[in-house]
Amino acid sequence: MTSIQEPQIPQADLDAAAELGVDVSAQQGLDVVAFTPARMAWKRYWGHHGAAVSTVILAIVMFMALATPLTARYGINEQVLKIEEGNNVFLSPRSIAWFGTDDIGRDMYSRLLFGIRTSMFIGVASAILSVLIGTAVGAFAGLRGGKFDDLMMRVTDLFLAFPFLIAIILVREFLGGLSFLTPIIGGKSSIRFIIVLFAIFGWMGVARLVRGQVLALKEREFIEAARAVGASNFRIVVSHLLPNSIGPILVALTLSVIGAVVGESTLSFFGFGPQPGENSTSLGYIIGLSRDGVQRGDWWLAVFPCGALVLLAICINFIGDGLRDALDPKLDSGR
Amino acid sequence: MARFIIRRLLWMVPTLLVVTFLVYVAVRIGWNPVASYQRANPRAGKKRLEAYRQANGLYPGPSGYVRGYGEWLWKFVRGPSHWPRSIKGGGEVWEPLRYSFFNTLRLAGIAAVLGISLGIGLGILASRRPGGWLDITVNTTAFFVGGVPPFVSAVMLQLTFAVSLGWLPPAGVYPPGQRGFDLFLMIKHLTLPVIVVMIQTIAGYSRYMRASVLDVASSDFLRTARSKGISERRVLFRHSVRNALVPVVTVIGIDIGSLIGGLIITENIFNYPGMGVYFVDAALLGDFPKLLPFLVIIVVFVIVFNLLADIAYAFLDPRIRLD
Repeated sequence: MTSIQEPQIPQADLDAAAELGVDVSAQQGLDVVAFTPARMAWKRYWGHHGAAVSTVILAIVMFMALATPLTARYGINEQVLKIEEGNNVFLSPRSIAWFGTDDIGRDMYSRLLFGIRTSMFIGVASAILSVLIGTAVGAFAGLRGGKFDDLMMRVTDLFLAFPFLIAIILVREFLGGLSFLTPIIGGKSSIRFIIVLFAIFGWMGVARLVRGQVLALKEREFIEAARAVGASNFRIVVSHLLPNSIGPILVALTLSVIGAVVGESTLSFFGFGPQPGENSTSLGYIIGLSRDGVQRGDWWLAVFPCGALVLLAICINFIGDGLRDALDPKLDSGR
Repeated sequence: MARFIIRRLLWMVPTLLVVTFLVYVAVRIGWNPVASYQRANPRAGKKRLEAYRQANGLYPGPSGYVRGYGEWLWKFVRGPSHWPRSIKGGGEVWEPLRYSFFNTLRLAGIAAVLGISLGIGLGILASRRPGGWLDITVNTTAFFVGGVPPFVSAVMLQLTFAVSLGWLPPAGVYPPGQRGFDLFLMIKHLTLPVIVVMIQTIAGYSRYMRASVLDVASSDFLRTARSKGISERRVLFRHSVRNALVPVVTVIGIDIGSLIGGLIITENIFNYPGMGVYFVDAALLGDFPKLLPFLVIIVVFVIVFNLLADIAYAFLDPRIRLD
């Protein structure tokens, strides 16, 4: 896959060697080709079959979801047929609607693409936000220790032990009830609100992870050396601790994307998610709408959106797995 | 050991008070009990509204929250007959709560016992030969199944086995109109919800147990046991599995939260009248008198099970000194 570049020896040197009668080709074989750590991680990542296949699948799905003007066949609330052209509700999959139609005659295939786009947007945005907050808090707690650290661990313990769905509904109502926050984070049923909500729950796992990394690294010699030459705490975190724990942080970022996607779908499924509309109909909402259809046996309403959600979940899990293998420095000598 | 348990039990009291107070404030702010009462009873007059406010201790302002919490807690501790009544229909809160609690206990108990024992069994089998066909099958299946959200597997199972094939009933505990107890019908209705909860449990515990057994596998005491000539069977059960169970058992205590979370989803999809349906109904309506006892019971459960996990850990592994 990656071609190893022959080390370049200047032509003048070769000429000089030829004049002296030295066989340079034998020495060339002794030159060790150096890989940068990033290059080795890249190689290991693509060597992980599950991750490689998942990356390709995810790229195709994301392209289809983002290029909806090209790929979607109908608008999100557009009906496949005019009422006067015939029955358009609960059509099973056929040529005018590949994945069938729902209770008011909308094309499930197009709605699915819009749903994936919304879900992934929420997932990626809240994952980035929670990794930013979690990294900052975790690094601070790990480096400073003391009371703040104790308090943070207690609070995250409690939150993580609480049933997720109950906790998130409770916090959702609480934040929605604080009217002074509404201009900043939006109403209870806006996309912005959901992103903030998942960031509030997502940062805790990241913070514990970063704290653990910082605790493990801060007694090492290179940190001591940095401290000895007078580096500030901020500098130690930014240019020594974080680059050394970038692997686990990236893995956590990947996994919190799918955590937020699945969490948001679950909330929407029960009607606690964002209000549907242009760019806010998520996968979970579509699956939630299919509940009555399922009882009647209209399988296409549930099978395709559920399949898309599972596909996303498995692909991202595989990518996280591949990243973990690729970025673990202990494996650097392998393969 | 006794000192450790007593100290932790004493610590539980302030923890419970603080957490339940925070939950109380969150519910007061989040659901706005007075507004949701007016929504549920649009024709209620000033007098009824005032009676509701008095019964629930809904005083305004920060000091009102503390006073309201104190009054509410006192009523709660004195027993179900003193609890304020539901905002919809004015019914008792304790009756539906008890009914749904035992329904959930039945579902959760069966699913947890079956799921955890199957998961641990599969984990042990898989760890016997790392990289063997069984190991790879269990691991791959757990990876794929663990990635499926529970509400998706619930909808899919319902579609396949209840609607398309018609083998099992799609919802409820009994068919409509059924009176009295019928074990066979109950098992039929429980099968699908139990499977949904079990899938997640098995996937988690099989991976966890496998890792734990493999962790123990390289320890010195196993080599000693083998070199003394103890049979492989005895080494497995007396030495390896026994030690590998220590971290797994403690996880069970901490896992109670995610088990309850999974149940809420499953119960709602299969319309099983348990705590999950109770909670979602109360949350959508904003039924303050029904929500609060439920949440307090959940908080007590989570804290008690966390304590049990800590005690079990100290008990199973004498090397750990907690005090």
